[in-house]
Amino acid sequence: MDKKLVIPGDFLSDEAKLAEEGTYVEEGKVYSSVFGIASLKNHIRVVPLSGKYIPRPGDLVIGTVTEVAFSNWIVDIRSPYEGLLHISEFPRRIESTEMSRFIKTGDSIMTIVKDVDARMKVELTLNDQRTRIIKEGRIVEVTPSKVPRLIGRGGSMIAMLKNETKCNIFIGQNGKVWISGKDKGMDLAVRAILKIERETHISGLTERIAGFLKEEKGEKLKEKEPEVIEEGKEEKELDEAVKEEPISQEEEKVQEEKQGGILDELLGDDK
Amino acid sequence: MSKPEKLIADGIRLDGRKPDELRPIKIKVGVLNRADGSCYFEFGGNKVIAAVYGPREVHPRHMQKSTSAVVRYRYNMASFSVEERKRPGPDRRSIEVSKVSREALEPVIFQEYFPRSAIDIFVEILQADAGTRTAGINAASIALADAGIPMKSLVSACAVGKVDDTLVLDLNKDEDNYGQADMPIAMTPDGNITLLQMDGHLSRDEFREGLEMAKKGCTAIYEMQKSALMEKYSSQIEGDNSE
Repeated sequence: MDKKLVIPGDFLSDEAKLAEEGTYVEEGKVYSSVFGIASLKNHIRVVPLSGKYIPRPGDLVIGTVTEVAFSNWIVDIRSPYEGLLHISEFPRRIESTEMSRFIKTGDSIMTIVKDVDARMKVELTLNDQRTRIIKEGRIVEVTPSKVPRLIGRGGSMIAMLKNETKCNIFIGQNGKVWISGKDKGMDLAVRAILKIERETHISGLTERIAGFLKEEKGEKLKEKEPEVIEEGKEEKELDEAVKEEPISQEEEKVQEEKQGGILDELLGDDK
Repeated sequence: MSKPEKLIADGIRLDGRKPDELRPIKIKVGVLNRADGSCYFEFGGNKVIAAVYGPREVHPRHMQKSTSAVVRYRYNMASFSVEERKRPGPDRRSIEVSKVSREALEPVIFQEYFPRSAIDIFVEILQADAGTRTAGINAASIALADAGIPMKSLVSACAVGKVDDTLVLDLNKDEDNYGQADMPIAMTPDGNITLLQMDGHLSRDEFREGLEMAKKGCTAIYEMQKSALMEKYSSQIEGDNSE
């Protein structure tokens, strides 16, 4: 289709009405304002290949608390602007003196951007189904502009990743990705995500990642076999059965929640 | 080195170039991992590296502007960049170059997109051979694009000057030292001039002609900047319709 690599100042179209993100209009003509990939069908937009996360209301982001102030938690959301989580945005009423009992400096949270004003004061909230305080798992970072690719069309990429690695994966719009699951699954997920980040711009990404996951898993199966022999089969099987059940349940739950959450944003992106 | 007898003989310059010929240029994009955007730029004997950080929080706080980003540009020559050791640290000259280079880039950056933030540009001159400020601006504008910062266009820069009563493009060290004039110019591809300085004397007609030469030079540089950026993603998106 009409996708191409453009640099700032490249002429894109004469139809100023269709101009969207990553473009600017001068004398009725649309030019690219960033170095990125332009798509020209329906609307004209350029997705930058790099750049910082700029918060927008409604975004689901993953942040790290840097400071517990008088009635706010100050949250680093990987943006030029810090996020403020007011005490009243905590799901239940708490006293300002005991704020750090609930969220302390260094904790990571999955949160929603409630509002951003003209001065770029970013207000966050935890009063939402999708938010939570992150207690376990790992966080990896990708370029924020690559988030839509990591999610894939209609959530295909992320669904595949979850399926193949048996991990829960949450993607913040700010490019932070939270993975939780078994160690091996998380290892694989991290490697796959970093591969996606490196190769976003090369075509056939989904198939390549599918192949990558299969390959990596194939190797792992071979590694596993000797372990089983050493430890005795029965124990191992029992162990795994116990471990796996809660995870799969949780995953289903998560997927349900997500229908209304990240998926919506995705579909929004794809329309 | 003392002044050569002739800077131009039979229409050929000391380094074998014709009067309207640029020095060889080599560009590499994204050479630094820590920076948001970076570029290594070779312009004849000039070797410069540019790094861009941002938009990011402004420190010190009082520098921030409530409605737009501040652009900060630091031009710095390495102590080993010239024959005689350059005393490290900012001096009168580098402060001036930083200021004019910043002003050469500010008009193309959409600063109002990022209120209360800073865009920091660092340009390090590793080896100097006349025309470092133009090399720095060329490198910085690529690094800005690489950092994903919204801009109206790239900025390209080169110098014109007069040696032995002839106008020449892109002066080298000897021409700069012993020539009659040196005029660095930065412009956008559509010809808006964002930097113009002059050292020495040119007549009105010479100035006009020089400007035209610089325009051609900048256009040639712009094409190289563009292809360098494209090259970073060379295994490109041909027929990228699957996703």
